[in-house]
Amino acid sequence: MNSANNHPLLEVKDLGVTFTDDKGSLQALNQISFSVDREQFICVVGPSGSGKSTLIRVLAGLLAPTSGEVVLDGIPINEPRQGVGIVFQKANLMPWRSVLRNITLPLEINHVPQNEANERASELIELVGLTGFEDWLPHDLSGGMLQRVAIARSLIQDPDLLLLDEPFGALDALTREKMGAELLRIWRVRKKTVIMITHDISEAVFLADRVLAISPQPGNLRLDLEINLERPRQEDDRFSPEFVVYTQQLRDAIR
Amino acid sequence: MKDFGVGIRKIGFLVLSILAGLFLWQMFTTFSQIPSFIFPKPIEVWDRLIIVLQDGSLMKHALITLQEVLFGLMLGLSAAIITGYFLAKSRIVERVLSPYIVASQSIPIVAIAPLLVIWLGPGIFSKILTSALIVFFPVLVNTVVGLKSVPRELYDLMRSLQANTWQRIIKLEIPAAMPVFLGGLRIGATLSVIGAVVGEFVGADKGLGFLVNVGRGLYDTALVFVAVFTIVLLSLGLYGSVIFIENRLLSWQKRNGD
Repeated sequence: MNSANNHPLLEVKDLGVTFTDDKGSLQALNQISFSVDREQFICVVGPSGSGKSTLIRVLAGLLAPTSGEVVLDGIPINEPRQGVGIVFQKANLMPWRSVLRNITLPLEINHVPQNEANERASELIELVGLTGFEDWLPHDLSGGMLQRVAIARSLIQDPDLLLLDEPFGALDALTREKMGAELLRIWRVRKKTVIMITHDISEAVFLADRVLAISPQPGNLRLDLEINLERPRQEDDRFSPEFVVYTQQLRDAIR
Repeated sequence: MKDFGVGIRKIGFLVLSILAGLFLWQMFTTFSQIPSFIFPKPIEVWDRLIIVLQDGSLMKHALITLQEVLFGLMLGLSAAIITGYFLAKSRIVERVLSPYIVASQSIPIVAIAPLLVIWLGPGIFSKILTSALIVFFPVLVNTVVGLKSVPRELYDLMRSLQANTWQRIIKLEIPAAMPVFLGGLRIGATLSVIGAVVGEFVGADKGLGFLVNVGRGLYDTALVFVAVFTIVLLSLGLYGSVIFIENRLLSWQKRNGD
């Protein structure tokens, strides 16, 4: 379509973030550089305190970098912008809004007429498997369902880039695996560029085209690993020898 | 269906407890032989009520007090909400204002009321102000606490969706702070009546507080009882209205628990 398609969608150049307060300063990210092509699924792994969440906040435009820059589609990110969907660690829904009204919130803020908003939401509600729950309140939903609502909300403006900050961290292991598979299915249908933060190495290998490993304090990019497992991925892939080698490499990198 | 049954039972208990109270009151006045200008029997209070209802004086005074209370509430609420918003949002405002606000709370309202009557005259305005003053503090505190309880993550969400200030206030801060705010309003609503009556006590020629004063002066104790019960009724009515609003606005909270 345009020349931008030849460039990577996202470029992170020498990104550094340092937090300073009365007690001193903490370097959260140090000289991080990588680029992401369109429709790639990237996972970022690292132990807690490795600045993973800081990275996603910078990519979301919620936090300004101390040094370096992040360029999305040719434009440096300094503040939140259109074309980026975010799923937070907690589902982060408004408890007084129904499932449907939570999903249409981004459209409401952009003054999209309600009919159109409802139409677009109902498609997504079907995609994430929440049909019949439109009028439910967040209290009455399970953790997995809450994150489905959050995913639908992040997709409603049809973003180019989807950022997920440990979206399944609070879920139990089985639900987490199921949601991972769901996410892959949604990604296949919607063809987004995805960057997902996780502390679970095998989840990262299972989901991603590429896994970035970040070590803690200061957050350095230790390994940028291409995952060459066939898609669509199967649950059995988790037990294949390649899978084990990938997880081993990542584990060594962040130790 | 189940709620309906529970409602009937609640009303039943209420009636029963009122009847029991009246019975004890009747017993006490009958057997203690206290003269009725000191402690009237229920029936004497009832007769007095009928008289002031028929000559329209109770209605007249009650409406005056109601007016003072409603204006006082409105004034106190607006001042508390606006001040509360800036207190919650700005460190500097908080540091500058909070000593005054806390200090003002250590002055009893009965001490300020005479000043207000001197400054504003014995008319309705001094009562509106005493009422507003007493409403101000609890509503202010709950506004601040409510606003500070809005989750940081939801602010991030609104920012990432590029919501403007107005949208942030309407779609996030007001609904999120509402439960705590309404808790303050509950207290404020009952206090507003006390504020107005205290104002009337200090200097007025109308209102329920004035009626209490008149009854006391004439040793018309039954009239004092009538006025006091009307004040209680007014308070309960306001309190009930807040509960009604709460049930309407906070229905999203109702599901968990019971």
